[in-house]
Amino acid sequence: MFSKKELKHLATLARIELSDAELEKFSRQLVSILEYIEQLKELDVTKVTPTTHVMSIEDVFRDDVVKPSIDIEQVLKFAPDRYGNFFRVPKIIE
Amino acid sequence: MIDIANKNDLYKANAHELLDSFAAKKVNPQDLLLSIIKRIKKVDSKIKAFVKVIEKPKIHLPKKKLSGIPVAIKDNICIQGLETTCCSKILKGFVPPYNATIIEKLEEEGAVIIGKTNMDEFAFGSSTENSCLGPTLNPWDTSRVSGGSSGGSAAAVASEQAILSLGSDTGGSIRQPAAFCGVVGMKPTYGRVSRYGLIAFASSLDQIGPFAKDTQDLALLLSVISGYDERDSTSVNNPVPDYTKSLINNVKGLKIGIPKEYFFTDSGSGKDGIEPDVKQAILEAKKVFSDLGAELIEVSLPHTKYAVSVYYILATAEASSNLARFDAVQYGHRTKNLDNNADESIIVQMYKRSRQEGFGDEAKRRIMLGTFVLSSGYYDAYYLQASKVRTLIRQDFLKAFEDCDLLIAPTTPTTAFKVGEKIDDPLKMYLSDIFTISVNLAGIPALSLPCGFDSQNLPIGLQIIGKPFDEETILRTAFTFERNTPWHLKKPTL
Repeated sequence: MFSKKELKHLATLARIELSDAELEKFSRQLVSILEYIEQLKELDVTKVTPTTHVMSIEDVFRDDVVKPSIDIEQVLKFAPDRYGNFFRVPKIIE
Repeated sequence: MIDIANKNDLYKANAHELLDSFAAKKVNPQDLLLSIIKRIKKVDSKIKAFVKVIEKPKIHLPKKKLSGIPVAIKDNICIQGLETTCCSKILKGFVPPYNATIIEKLEEEGAVIIGKTNMDEFAFGSSTENSCLGPTLNPWDTSRVSGGSSGGSAAAVASEQAILSLGSDTGGSIRQPAAFCGVVGMKPTYGRVSRYGLIAFASSLDQIGPFAKDTQDLALLLSVISGYDERDSTSVNNPVPDYTKSLINNVKGLKIGIPKEYFFTDSGSGKDGIEPDVKQAILEAKKVFSDLGAELIEVSLPHTKYAVSVYYILATAEASSNLARFDAVQYGHRTKNLDNNADESIIVQMYKRSRQEGFGDEAKRRIMLGTFVLSSGYYDAYYLQASKVRTLIRQDFLKAFEDCDLLIAPTTPTTAFKVGEKIDDPLKMYLSDIFTISVNLAGIPALSLPCGFDSQNLPIGLQIIGKPFDEETILRTAFTFERNTPWHLKKPTL
């Protein structure tokens, strides 16, 4: 588990470039963390309901009321690249 | 009320003393602000609690709950018009166009926002060493860490550079630095305080909470920030009590549980899981409570030893998902290093390289671990298994609370460790949160307050853990402890 090759694939899924030195270091550290985490396997939890959230809050609705939005200049002010009122990104379709 | 002859010394006072003195017109908020700014200029070069100081903040008219009181804010809480980066390079230059709900609440009550405090990048860490701006040092010994991730907020109050401060706690990030720096810090019940405007780390665990010099100030700040917010659908619509009313010096008849698993012996080394000085201080705290008429009983939280594992699966899974938003499109760092001749498309390169350049080591590690535990083929073995053990951990607490009103335990197994001591061993760093993590997994409230000092004059924290939405009993217990012990009065020499 966690060979450099597998880690590189995961990094692509997570959209992070990792250098060879980072791949080396993280694969070693993640293996040691996963070895520790293995302890969870000793518990039989087949009949336990998972908790994803401690509050039993479901389907929270609010009234559909129009409220003022943040000014568009405020929103675009920190765009790394903009074109008029758009965020500009490198060409996606060849 | 304070009797301070020299207005330069106002920084030493507590909020409740200052508010009384403002009301009596003995001093005014401007005097206090000057004193605080002078103090910051004198000591923060040694501590590095602040990443930004506001020298000329808005001062509101008096007669509100926090009028004129300087409050420092952790750098993951959005303040309109003020750079907010979570101490990460990826957010350098980001200025939020809106305020977090708690910032609106503080301003409504007249608080003076004095600056942003240092933290581990995106709150990933237990020492503030993961900040892209360097660590915050411990006011009691500057060769040691302040704790984390809210180390800047804890150290700012401990070194008397702010009267109050706010942090966030996902696995102990308020309580652990409070213990290391010798101040009071609280993680309220999940849902008690709105998270709107808090940059998310692990959304099912994160909670904003207060730091203060004593329980009375803490209760005041908690009353101001608590409450339902329609902009945070996980905030809970329960009435907010005036927490200052729970400050009663009496624990007679209170049933206090001691979780036996927190006093464990390491099966490998045969050594105690906690340092002898920490253990001694907790035993003495127990005696304080029993002498005051509380009933102490041993309780069991049998799944305690699994908490760190569960946490580092669930918290990293949620973090990897939350951090996906940092894609260099709408704000934040975008790489200039794009290669037209590479196999990968330019847009994928833009995501990958911007994130490589922008995120620090711990953020990358957590994104990788989180992506792994959620990936197909491993989801059931890790994420689902951990979610189920989380249920068992929460049930442990609810069962213990059938026999007692609250629990006391150490906040941390050791006092503040040395800078650099754990930074190369992530697992060792994670294990320093062993006593605080289960509380977040269970969603319940807990507070840390000073309960003694070790042989090296470093503060020790006592953790008081309560039932969901019963912050009042925690505050009453902490207040009683303070009234009967001298620990919160001791200050570091700087």
